[in-house]
Amino acid sequence: MKLEFNIEGGDFSRAGFASSAVKKVLKQLGVDARCIKSIVIALYEAEVNVVAHAHEGSVQITIDSDKITTEIMDKGPGIPDIQLAMQEGYSTASKKVREMGFGAGMGLPNIKKNTDDLQIDSTVDEGTTVKMVNYF
Amino acid sequence: MQVSQICDLLSAKIICGKEQLSTKIERGYSSDLMSDVLTLDTDHLLLITGLCNVQTIRTSEMADIRFIVFVRNKKVSEDMLALARENNMCLMESPYTLFKTSGILYEAGLEPVY
Repeated sequence: MKLEFNIEGGDFSRAGFASSAVKKVLKQLGVDARCIKSIVIALYEAEVNVVAHAHEGSVQITIDSDKITTEIMDKGPGIPDIQLAMQEGYSTASKKVREMGFGAGMGLPNIKKNTDDLQIDSTVDEGTTVKMVNYF
Repeated sequence: MQVSQICDLLSAKIICGKEQLSTKIERGYSSDLMSDVLTLDTDHLLLITGLCNVQTIRTSEMADIRFIVFVRNKKVSEDMLALARENNMCLMESPYTLFKTSGILYEAGLEPVY
């Protein structure tokens, strides 16, 4: 099964739309509740990152019998130092993002905690691709 | 602790989820930072927060949190209410501060997450 969603940069009202839809699909498929929570939290963190930092983005999800693969691609400023961005507490978020309850430098470390395989590729001034795999 | 008892202790108004007044909740977590809420491994807790926007509801949806008390007299918006109803959540509004709310509930026996 494949699912696709678009994410608009800066639009916090729709952040979480993809995660919410994915959660409903995984529930219908009877996936274990703890596994669903990990997947949707990682995806939600990634969605918030796109809304907070990028101009636009998209999510592509492939659900197989044993795993779910989630790719979040955005056009935006990119991440100059991925290792630094993975450190808990490091953040470049704006005041607006912090007012929404995010931007504490917890997103990427939390994505890592909630996924089995994580790959981040980024080019400065072009964008970032985050690929996450969770096994059921 | 029953939802009805939480409402009584906090002089809280129940905004939606009245059918859950007799549901029992064991643990509570107070935070205005949704990033922290997303790191919790505990489900089915009471979130106590002064952050009153749609992302509070979205975060709770992802974290399997169905009970939220908004403190400091914050008012739930129509957008928040619609999303909360869609996810069978129970929302409450209390005039007390985050500190006072947490203190009252802790003293009454609501357990911390850690």
